Amino acid sequence: MTAAPPPGAQHSQLRPALPLLLPAYLWLTLAIFLPLSAMVFFSFMTDLPLADRSWAMTLGNYAAFFETDLYGRLLLRSLRLGLEVTLYCVLIGFPCAYVLAKVLKGRSREAIFLLVILPFWSNGLVRIFSWAIFLRGGGVIDSALNAVLPFEVSVDLMYSYPAVIIGLVHSYLPYMVLTCYLTLQAIDDSLIEAARSLGASRLTVLRRLIVPLAMPGLIAGAVLIFVPVVGSFMEPRILGGRSGTFYGTVIEDQFVAVFNWPLGAALSFILLAVVLAVLALAAPVLRRQT
Amino acid sequence: MRKMNLKHIVSAAALAGMVTAGAVQADELHVLNWKGYGTDEAWATAAFEAKTGHKVIHDYFNSEQEMLTKLRTNPGTYDVVMINAAFTGQAIDEALIQPIDVGKISNAAGLAPEMARSELLNAEGAAYGVPWVWGVTSVAVNDKAFDAPPSSVEVMWDAAHKGKVVLRDDALEAVQFAALASGQNINDIKDLDKVRDKLASLMPQIRTFWSSENDWNQMVAAGQIDVGTYWSGSASRAKTSFNLPVTFVIPKEGAIGWLDGLSIPAGAKNAEGAHAFIDFMIAPDFYVEWDQKVGAPVSANLEAVAGLDETAFNRAVLGDPAVAARIQFQKPVSDEDREKYLKLWQELKASSQ
Repeated sequence: MTAAPPPGAQHSQLRPALPLLLPAYLWLTLAIFLPLSAMVFFSFMTDLPLADRSWAMTLGNYAAFFETDLYGRLLLRSLRLGLEVTLYCVLIGFPCAYVLAKVLKGRSREAIFLLVILPFWSNGLVRIFSWAIFLRGGGVIDSALNAVLPFEVSVDLMYSYPAVIIGLVHSYLPYMVLTCYLTLQAIDDSLIEAARSLGASRLTVLRRLIVPLAMPGLIAGAVLIFVPVVGSFMEPRILGGRSGTFYGTVIEDQFVAVFNWPLGAALSFILLAVVLAVLALAAPVLRRQT
Repeated sequence: MRKMNLKHIVSAAALAGMVTAGAVQADELHVLNWKGYGTDEAWATAAFEAKTGHKVIHDYFNSEQEMLTKLRTNPGTYDVVMINAAFTGQAIDEALIQPIDVGKISNAAGLAPEMARSELLNAEGAAYGVPWVWGVTSVAVNDKAFDAPPSSVEVMWDAAHKGKVVLRDDALEAVQFAALASGQNINDIKDLDKVRDKLASLMPQIRTFWSSENDWNQMVAAGQIDVGTYWSGSASRAKTSFNLPVTFVIPKEGAIGWLDGLSIPAGAKNAEGAHAFIDFMIAPDFYVEWDQKVGAPVSANLEAVAGLDETAFNRAVLGDPAVAARIQFQKPVSDEDREKYLKLWQELKASSQ
């Protein structure tokens, strides 16, 4: 995002900026726009034009979504998953970001920051498989608890809905911490001091001052998390087991398991439309908040 | 034949662009197979390289559809591909594979005649696939959970093993397995409702769905499962190679049989090496070592099976005519049926949670 240039300055600024912008836009056109338009095209075809298969244009792939309640049900399930994961990320990420921005200073802040970013540096699959080792019965959590507790407990979270939530929250938490950290850090400490000296309780300061000022970061983080989680398929497939069927895994099946790219593409664009609609509906509420 | 027009080219280019095709040297041999399925054994590829000078490079798939997709979108990338014979006909129809010069494959003489001549692998008098190994999909059990191996597939539905059952995440296999369990012909399922009911009652038993050998073996190693569908070759690998407590069972209801063939993709850059590799793969030397060292399905080469110990599972059990009579071999499945099975499977998976 850029700051608005002063009026009249626009023309003279655009020309020198062009050589700098061009590579990025060229890349975006090649890497995103073209494949995406190919997918839009596929979603209206009866079959892929490979190996002399015959094909025609159709709306059938989109109609397939409405013919059974299967896809609608799964989409709702995925939206619920997205909301839950976002909520947990807010609950865990916001306090963490606050501590990072306002409480810790110097070395300790750097150390904690590193811990937050660390998951980003490891491959997503590695993270998910290491969770599998922790969550299963007879796994690390189960054994550790039984070693300490006097009575026998059985902790086997593997292949369940909570396992999917845990894996996804872990994967996406850094987005929330980072975006909240940026907005929280920008809040002037003297504002908080002024509020306190005028008699506001800590809770009031949080409610009336900090949260509203940090709202842009919260919202940016929520959007960054919600959108990919609704379409996620890797975490549900590996951690979810029998309860791991979501909208994203069904789309993946269409591409990988049955080679029905047109239906997979149509389902993806329906997802895109629904996510955009959700964000558009939320926009007025969110705008008032910021 | 439909003529290539601009739209075709653009969309084909878009597809091909998704996978970068690297530069290929002439003496490289690119093989496409399941991971850990014979062709990629290090001792075998080393022996083949020493013998022929062709360097073997592997790529893998996780489902037959993914294999077909890779052939469609990357023409010229692979030299040898392993195809389940039930899919070879589709690959021939789509011109994804080329005829094989069986004369160049000296070990072909030992192949079981009915497999070498199988209509699944041959078209218009030309061989498009060389039968490599065959095996069965049936039930395997974790020995720690059973005193004696079960004799019926009903063990999967046994409440004593609730939450300790696995099934492969594959619509066709699940439907055919349920057809078997409900006493039907897997290639001609008359009563799909019965199949649906059978699977619906299996769902609450299931721990998770497996998609690779590795999944299955890890779950047994961690004691997470008691019983599940498995492949005969994989079960023998689990036992031989990983020392896992796994026993493969051919229940009284029967088992699903499959035949895996080796084919040469159309446009292969190293067809010469591909013929040599297929010859190497069906040779008795390779097979006996594979089965003893690692664990393998049954070779389509009779001379190779004769090279095994008389007590070996692949010779003693699967070679037994009484067992062979219970095996129903998979035939090709039409696109309509496949679509129908997938819908049924997705419905079941989505409503079982």
